[in-house]
Amino acid sequence: MKAATKTNLKLVSLVLGMFCFGFALVPIYDVFCEITGLNGKVSGPTITEYDENFNSREIKILFVTKNNENMAWNFTSEKRVLDAETGTAYTVDYTFENPTEYPMVAQAIPSVSPGKGAQYFHKTECFCFEEQLLQPGEKLTMPVRFIIDPDLPSDVPVLTLGYTLFDITESHIKLQVSK
Amino acid sequence: MSAVIDSHSDDHHHGPAKGITRWLYTTNHKDIGTLYLWFSFLMLFLGGAMAMVIRAELFEPGSQIVSPEFYNQMLTNHGLIMVFGAVMPAFVGLANWIIPMQIGAPDMALPRMNNLSFWILPVAFGILISTFFMEGGGPNFGWTFYAPLSTTYAPPTVTFFIFAVHIMGASSIMGSINIITTILNMRAPGMTFMKMPLFTWTWLITAYLLIAVMPVLAGAVTMMLMDIHFGTSFFNAAGGGDPVLFQHIFWFFGHPEVYIMILPAFGIVSHIIETFSRKPIFGYTSMVYAIASIALLSFIVWAHHMFTVGMPIAGELFFMYTTMLIAIPTGVKVFNWLSTMFKGSISFETPMLFSIAFVALFTIGGLSGLMLAIAPADFQYHDTYFVVAHFHYVLVPGAIFGIIAGVYYWLPKWTGNMYDEVLGKTHFWMSFISVNITFFPMHFVGLAGMPRRIPDYALQFADFNMVISIGAFIFGLTQLLFLFVILKSIFAGKQATTKVWEGAKGLEWTVASPAPYHTFETPPEVK
Repeated sequence: MKAATKTNLKLVSLVLGMFCFGFALVPIYDVFCEITGLNGKVSGPTITEYDENFNSREIKILFVTKNNENMAWNFTSEKRVLDAETGTAYTVDYTFENPTEYPMVAQAIPSVSPGKGAQYFHKTECFCFEEQLLQPGEKLTMPVRFIIDPDLPSDVPVLTLGYTLFDITESHIKLQVSK
Repeated sequence: MSAVIDSHSDDHHHGPAKGITRWLYTTNHKDIGTLYLWFSFLMLFLGGAMAMVIRAELFEPGSQIVSPEFYNQMLTNHGLIMVFGAVMPAFVGLANWIIPMQIGAPDMALPRMNNLSFWILPVAFGILISTFFMEGGGPNFGWTFYAPLSTTYAPPTVTFFIFAVHIMGASSIMGSINIITTILNMRAPGMTFMKMPLFTWTWLITAYLLIAVMPVLAGAVTMMLMDIHFGTSFFNAAGGGDPVLFQHIFWFFGHPEVYIMILPAFGIVSHIIETFSRKPIFGYTSMVYAIASIALLSFIVWAHHMFTVGMPIAGELFFMYTTMLIAIPTGVKVFNWLSTMFKGSISFETPMLFSIAFVALFTIGGLSGLMLAIAPADFQYHDTYFVVAHFHYVLVPGAIFGIIAGVYYWLPKWTGNMYDEVLGKTHFWMSFISVNITFFPMHFVGLAGMPRRIPDYALQFADFNMVISIGAFIFGLTQLLFLFVILKSIFAGKQATTKVWEGAKGLEWTVASPAPYHTFETPPEVK
């Protein structure tokens, strides 16, 4: 039965390997999306300088704000549309308001569509890099600063920057308690 | 000391132990096969009863019998029980009974683990079903348990569901390790890989698929568990996770899983068609390579289940083309079966009838699968009854007809008595007609826009839904006849010969009918 034991050991290690592979899919997925820009994922803060000689062109940028289910805050951007040029830095203000009677913590999750344009959307500053804590009735305005890469493919005439605001008060409290 | 061992082994030679302990402690592959088969039959009726509730509710538009919440639980558990409780254990049961006899082995390689892998199954399904009696009710998020339906919005009993899935996975993994080790190490002398019977071949490949993907499923439910109870955010966007990731992980398991449920049926049908055509199977080697290529392709097609999540065009094209590629090895198999029958001296006993129906109806399911594989068209079909029609065509007249055909084919070997041919044929024709009445109109309502997983529907779908429900009731009742045929063959019927079928080939037809408790204690010589 020596051969059978060997087969069994190989099979058991295959099982363990595939279990780990299941978890490895999580970072693989993130890295894959980040590299390819699929899924509208944008990288963290990036500061990009361009030469004087780049070919800038006009592009329309749409701003979408959305609350996740049961999120009570008022969340708006100062403008809905921006006629922009690639290679120029812009700032857009977003306003958060907590109309409830409780202090709440929120996190905005960005998404750029179409997905192939995501990697050309460079944010130098964004409220989505951190969590927002607002007291009852408090109002807060925060900016997003960004540059659109001049290398943006010419078949992308419009980029949409969407934010979904999530209520993370509960998991925030859990985290505080565990610390 | 040797006297003790001798008397012990003598006991074994006299046959099985008496009473309930025979079944609880058994390490005999035939006993365990029988347990698996009866368990899956029980689950077939339980899952079938849930289907009857679903069809009764959809008999007419409007809310009829059950609440939408309960309807969702029926729908979810119908899927879970049929996939994990009926189809998979039935194939494992057939594997336990038949593989050692086909390869000339005395038993499975790991008989005690075999016992364990069966007996944890009733525990798993006991846990799953117990959730119906708990606060919040059973799982209600569909058998695919997409996050966040199964995490943020799940009933509190979801933890029991997760535990049950873990146990089912453990059972499948242990069963697969056992089957692979048996096939690789215990074949009779002279039985090379390319002389192995096709059912054994299909199961060898299926077992590898199971070992590769069941741990990924275990990982997925573990991540759910951690999201629900330990504050992680694998699938929660607020914490940096992504619900779409769940769908990727699930379907990385899910697509090989659907081949797990069909490959052994390919093997069964190959045996039956060659037996009743009285010709050797056409293109044995191409059959083996076709199975292997289907299995390999199954790992790179998963995202065709999620064309509508917003994938980039490159992804849609990749998964569309790879999916269509599967039609090639599958087509090879279908044409091989047809060529085997061509100019054969065919007789139409019940197993053959079910197998021919399998080839015809599985092909219908395969073709609607090709339609669904067309990414731009899938935006219309996605989550409609067209999808329901597609996967029921490959699972009911596909996998389940394959299992039924196998049961009729090997039943005389198991019980020693021939089944009642008239009743068998009645069972076939009733099933064949009603299965088409049930599932064919689903194509129409699906294309017309009826969404799946709903307890109520728009009025224009009413007539077809009534037809579907009537078909489903007939199909459900007909399976009681199957139970009767099996019971009758256990207790009475014409004595079966050793060979049973005139055209039967293979080692399992060289042992007496009924098969003795222990077979091939000295390995046969295969030339």
